[in-house]
Amino acid sequence: MLGWVLIIISCLVILVVGMLVLVGSWRGHTRELGPPERSGGGLRWILVGGVIVPAAILTAVFIFTVVTQAAVAAPATPPAITVRVTGHQWWWEVHYLDRSPSRMAVTANEIHIPVGQPVRFELTTGDVIHSFWIPQLAGKTDLVPGQRNVMWLEADSAGIYRGQCAEYCGTQHAKMALAIVAEPAGKFSQWLDRQRQPAPAPADSDIAAGARVFASSACSLCHTVRGTLAGGQLGPDLTHVAGRATLAAGMLPNTRGNLAGWIANPQAIKPGALMPVVPLRPTELLAVVTFLQSLQ
Amino acid sequence: MATSAPAVSAPSLHEKLLRIWETPHSLFGVLGTVDHKKIGKRYLVTAFVFLLLGGIEAALMRLQLAGPDRHVLSPEAYNQLFTMHGVTMIFLYASPILSGFSNYVWPLILGSRDMAFPRLNAFSYWMFLASGIFLYSSFLVGQSPDRGWFAYAPMTEGTYSPGLNMDFYALGLILLTISTTVGAINFITTVFRLRAPGMSINRLPIFVWGTLTTSFAILFALPSLTVACVMLYFDRRFGMHFFDASSGGHPLLWQHLFWIFGHPWVYVIVLPAMGIMSDLIPVFSRRPLVGYTYVALATVATGILGFGVWVHHMFATGIPALSTDFFSAASMVIAIPSAVAVFAWLATIWQGRPVMRTPFLFAAGFIVLFVMGGVSGVVTAAVPFDWQVTDTYFVVAHLHYVLVGINVFPVIAGFYFWLPKMTGRMLDERLGRWNFWTMFLGFNLGFFPMHIAGLLGMPRRVYTYPAGLGWDAVNLITTIGAYVFAVGVLLFLVNVFVSFRRGRVAGPNPWDAPTLEWAVSSPPPPYNFAVLPTVGSRHPLWEERLQEPGGRSRIDEGPALAEGRETLGVSPLDAQANEVITMPEDSLYPFFLAVSLLVTFYGLLTGAWALAIAGGVLDVALSIGWLWPSHRMVEAVS
Repeated sequence: MLGWVLIIISCLVILVVGMLVLVGSWRGHTRELGPPERSGGGLRWILVGGVIVPAAILTAVFIFTVVTQAAVAAPATPPAITVRVTGHQWWWEVHYLDRSPSRMAVTANEIHIPVGQPVRFELTTGDVIHSFWIPQLAGKTDLVPGQRNVMWLEADSAGIYRGQCAEYCGTQHAKMALAIVAEPAGKFSQWLDRQRQPAPAPADSDIAAGARVFASSACSLCHTVRGTLAGGQLGPDLTHVAGRATLAAGMLPNTRGNLAGWIANPQAIKPGALMPVVPLRPTELLAVVTFLQSLQ
Repeated sequence: MATSAPAVSAPSLHEKLLRIWETPHSLFGVLGTVDHKKIGKRYLVTAFVFLLLGGIEAALMRLQLAGPDRHVLSPEAYNQLFTMHGVTMIFLYASPILSGFSNYVWPLILGSRDMAFPRLNAFSYWMFLASGIFLYSSFLVGQSPDRGWFAYAPMTEGTYSPGLNMDFYALGLILLTISTTVGAINFITTVFRLRAPGMSINRLPIFVWGTLTTSFAILFALPSLTVACVMLYFDRRFGMHFFDASSGGHPLLWQHLFWIFGHPWVYVIVLPAMGIMSDLIPVFSRRPLVGYTYVALATVATGILGFGVWVHHMFATGIPALSTDFFSAASMVIAIPSAVAVFAWLATIWQGRPVMRTPFLFAAGFIVLFVMGGVSGVVTAAVPFDWQVTDTYFVVAHLHYVLVGINVFPVIAGFYFWLPKMTGRMLDERLGRWNFWTMFLGFNLGFFPMHIAGLLGMPRRVYTYPAGLGWDAVNLITTIGAYVFAVGVLLFLVNVFVSFRRGRVAGPNPWDAPTLEWAVSSPPPPYNFAVLPTVGSRHPLWEERLQEPGGRSRIDEGPALAEGRETLGVSPLDAQANEVITMPEDSLYPFFLAVSLLVTFYGLLTGAWALAIAGGVLDVALSIGWLWPSHRMVEAVS
């Protein structure tokens, strides 16, 4: 609303001044440099166009701004859910906070929220400054080392809302996206319940083999899969990675092929990403992919 | 006979003054000259070369962004290019080009023979060149600054940026702040001491007001950048923790220091350009500027208010609402002096009889772009709207409307206007019109769609973007527009080179303009004025025809001061002559001090402490040598 009013006022101002330049230059122009003359006054132009009109417009805009800012400062009802988002080069760590530690949930790059309820966000960073921005739902708030910024947002209709890091944060700033999935309250609590669970026990021997490769290779130095021996803290928690729609912070649809490609050579997809190429034999790679795909 | 007396004495006076003021045509002359006209031209040429380099960087980036997921540049290359594009345009082009105009024009427009501190002036140029060389030498080792021209901590700290990249940035900018600071001191002293008698403060051209305001802004704003860069270098090189939150520092300290410098700097690079416009529009409207006093006051007011708006760069950092509201209000208030200037220009055009020569076309285009960049700035001062558009292409559009609209367009207008004074030859009008329309249409075609890209949610500083977000078409149009704009800039260069060979001879005053620089030949002699003029009004060359009240200016008679390098000193406000000032000779000290500082800084860059210390000792020795009183100076004093 504020945005549209501002844009309309801006266009009007530009139009008026543009016309004044055009008409003024054309009207009474001459071909040759004539003698200089001191004609007319013109101070009224400055008084009206330079002071009175802009002062009136700016005052109105400022009041509108302050009112809008107060209106979005806090939601009508206090948010029941708090999500802590921690920025990392170049992905988003997501914690659903709860008084009881066993009811906390950890995920990455995909934030589910219930439709029609305000959700509180605590924003921090693990390394450099990032900025949390879901254009269709709220403005930006920076993730700054040494401080915890708080904001809230609410989705009025169900859907997937794309977001992207909005503060330049290094090599792969361009590929640091995230998604907010707004869904009905029932579906949301189901999803959250599942995120709280550890990984399911391997259903077959292929998955079990993959889990062993994962735990014994470099994968587990950075990634956690709760319920297994993998407990690394540097990369995203993969306990329920198969339930997410995308890989590599919103860069790839989460398919078997993309997952295999990403593990085989992350540097081809996100050059400079902090995930190294882990040397795996083809059979090991496929086993890991099978394992990860089982982590619903 | 009375009439023949000047004819006989004039050539001999000319020769006498020439012997005193002319720089010898030798290597010593090239490196040692303190002539403000030569230094001014060097500034203009060097800064324009940096404009072209920054333009090439932009052109490469636009190739990469012409479509989604393109692979013209690697992310590292893109990040270095966008950082160097910003650093180049803001630091090595936009401000130095205006220093170039001021350096060349000021003593002429003020009716003096040189700047107040000619050697400092030479030093200022050499330091500017040194910092440019220092920053660009980073390309040779493939480690150019890559953390944005704003270089937000902690991404610039050693942990996240281990290469030399940001050392080049921190040290290169410290070199540049030396140049800019001494330049500002020189401008301030010059305007208060070296004017034509009678040119009281209310008769200064607005261009002079612009650079004067800017120079004060530099003195108060630039230390903040210098300090920030020193802290950054100490953090990186000596493991200090100024910006490291985990050890008690804070990354927002950098942002405050940077923007306390950064926003006044915006006015540093637009106020002199607006001043050029305020002096040029009346010439082509054939009447004095409407509301001179208000435009001069608006210039100063903008410079002062510019110190109270820096937090509008930081609305999204989690700053409390009360302070964002304060800075939001200040950012809106600053629009009023700008509106005063715009309507003064409009009134001047409407009350005058405009002549549509190329400089006027650029001025008219400038007003339109100025208003577009201005209103898009005001809307980003509205905090909730800013939360949406900050760090998107909307802001990229805004800042380019401001910097290209209010800096590049006036600069090109200034070249069309003053180049005939510098070279003695006119630029071509027909080519000039093509030049203007290509630049104006190309610019709008390229940069207007960026507003839309921003509103569609495209963030800044991304080396690529995925397809399917609705950003493809606007980016392709932007790339096309950017290249059209580049063709416009090339047309300007063609025009300049053609005019060197075939340009119409300009004569002293091709535009029938009112100020003193048009009273001398084109190009002016090394001593500027054979006799030092006295000024009786704001428009010395128009006053007869305007029948201005007050005294009359005297251009052709006055003290010749031909016994040495001398010029007149005046009282600061009402410009009463109160001193004959002896000016320094050409000197090699400024050049060698700049070279030795450059060596020192390469030592600091690479951690070659022996080199840094040797350079530092040499710096001190050269400074002492420079300041050692000469016999001539001692005699002049005693």
